[in-house]
Amino acid sequence: MPNIQQGKPNLDVFCASLMELAAQDRDIFVVTSDSRGSAKLAPFCEKFPDRVVEVGIAEQSLVGVAAGMGSSGKKVFVVSPASFLTARALEQIKADVAYSDIPVVLIGISAGVSYGALGSTHHSLHDIAALRAVNNIDIFVPADNFETREAVRAAAARGRPAYIRLGKRPMPHIHAPETRFSAGEAILVRDGHDGAFIATGETVHKACQAAEILNSENIRCRVVSMHTIRPLDTAAILDAASACGAVITVEEHMVHGGLGEACASALMQAGAAVPFKIAGIPDEYTVTGSQEEIFGHYGLCAAPLADAMRALLKRRGRTAAPQPHQYTVC
Amino acid sequence: MLSTNDLRLKSNQYRQNLLRYIKIAGAGHTGGSLSCVDVLNVLYNGILKVSPQTFDNPDRDRFVQSKGHSVEALYVVLADRGFFPESDLLTLCRCGSPYAGHPTRKVRGIEINSGALGHGLPVSVGMAIAAKKSMATYRVFTLLGDGELMEGSNWEAAAIAAHYKLDNLTALIDCNGLQITGRTREVCSTDPLPAKFEAFGWSVREVDGHDIDALRTILGSVPFETGKPSCVIAHTIKGKGVNFMEGVAKWHHGVPNDEQYESAVNQLKREADVLLQKPSTPPLSLSDSERERGGKGVIG
Repeated sequence: MPNIQQGKPNLDVFCASLMELAAQDRDIFVVTSDSRGSAKLAPFCEKFPDRVVEVGIAEQSLVGVAAGMGSSGKKVFVVSPASFLTARALEQIKADVAYSDIPVVLIGISAGVSYGALGSTHHSLHDIAALRAVNNIDIFVPADNFETREAVRAAAARGRPAYIRLGKRPMPHIHAPETRFSAGEAILVRDGHDGAFIATGETVHKACQAAEILNSENIRCRVVSMHTIRPLDTAAILDAASACGAVITVEEHMVHGGLGEACASALMQAGAAVPFKIAGIPDEYTVTGSQEEIFGHYGLCAAPLADAMRALLKRRGRTAAPQPHQYTVC
Repeated sequence: MLSTNDLRLKSNQYRQNLLRYIKIAGAGHTGGSLSCVDVLNVLYNGILKVSPQTFDNPDRDRFVQSKGHSVEALYVVLADRGFFPESDLLTLCRCGSPYAGHPTRKVRGIEINSGALGHGLPVSVGMAIAAKKSMATYRVFTLLGDGELMEGSNWEAAAIAAHYKLDNLTALIDCNGLQITGRTREVCSTDPLPAKFEAFGWSVREVDGHDIDALRTILGSVPFETGKPSCVIAHTIKGKGVNFMEGVAKWHHGVPNDEQYESAVNQLKREADVLLQKPSTPPLSLSDSERERGGKGVIG
């Protein structure tokens, strides 16, 4: 991916996007748990001070209060660190928001290993798995500033329970502004037919870098940005397997229950047995360090991902693309 | 306005009805439903500004049953108020029925799905904050169990309610002193409730939760103080109205067998006769539908 430009942290874009929406809709509120600073919400708080409800360090009530406001006509964005929001308040997410079908948008900030050096209490490597197991909540994992803005707008427009997972670091621009975005519809970042990376969130850029390395070796890889985990774009997964014959999923999440297992399920149920690998955080006591260091430790960066693809293609026994064929979704 | 005697008769009928539907379903939370009937009766027959016709009105008063397991009491009250036909309750707890063992919004009149304890107060706080933000005049009432107050989320919400000066919010505590394991004071005491709520910044009143007049007076006078949320600690008896159920923890979700059901309803019918000042009615004989499922009963 030549000439990738550095963008802002997705949190900045979230705040700006929410301010755009709030300027048009006085029912939009932020409910937060002593997290306005971490969430970079200062501009929103300055412009719309009456539309911020601070509940203090109380994540269970954070979500319960938001559900109560949502049931009374307010369009609530809950903002809290992903690690606490999706663990301590999981039952409130399940019962008060998802099961009660209240249109609350949950913003999990500093997700994955964004708080890397702070240790596992502050990592959220479980959140996608936890929320995939809860009925009736959309899950968005934006890769860059564009996807963040679009995910915020889509979640607001859909008027149903949603979770948006955001990291902390400035993110490179991956998509052009005119790219089409639709909830539940993956974006093809680059095409190729030798192997496919299906990535989500802040690892999409890493998959792009790996594809670039492989491209220099005449191995053409597809990169798919799976910005929505629910609803999942099963067609894009099957098409990647069909067209490329080997798939690596990439995510800043534990290997259990995240994007990788969602893709594996889709492939298995369609009878699409292709060489497949889940690149994520393994089931172990996670190391601490910066996000970049943790990515490096677990192979979630360009060179190790390229190595993984070479190994997968070797396992497949050839580097050329297979004959495309159609799979049936069960 | 209904007279005190009218309301007592309603409570009596509600108790008979909820026992009937629990008996038919073969499931339900009998003891806690019987303890909160009088509070719900007074709320829905004179306090809450909500009806089947106004339930979609943004300015309606809200009621959240946080102790969702006592939903059978709420169902019979809502049916009596015309939110749905009472005959719907013949499907209570049946596969596919919206009348589940805990409240869901599939049933008209239910504001939020509940059942997991410690959820209703935070949600009610959110509803009350939304009213303040909209300059709306609706009020929010929520019913909690005294055992439920062991859940820490309630105390988070209590602090938030006081911080935001939610004088449009009333928490009603169905303080029957029992939970599934036994006496609340022995399981893990939540005492002293009045002092705790006062310390959290609430205005607190205590009342006999079966005294219709006292409940009317108390609930008709909220908020007790401007700028403070109100807490009503209603001292009740679990299993109220049926002598062998009163104060017995095993009736938390005990379902009467045929003999126990007949005995319970006959007691309530005799009480109704006294309220109506008429001679005793013949003892109950179970219908086929009431015998259809039934419970195994509880042996004291």
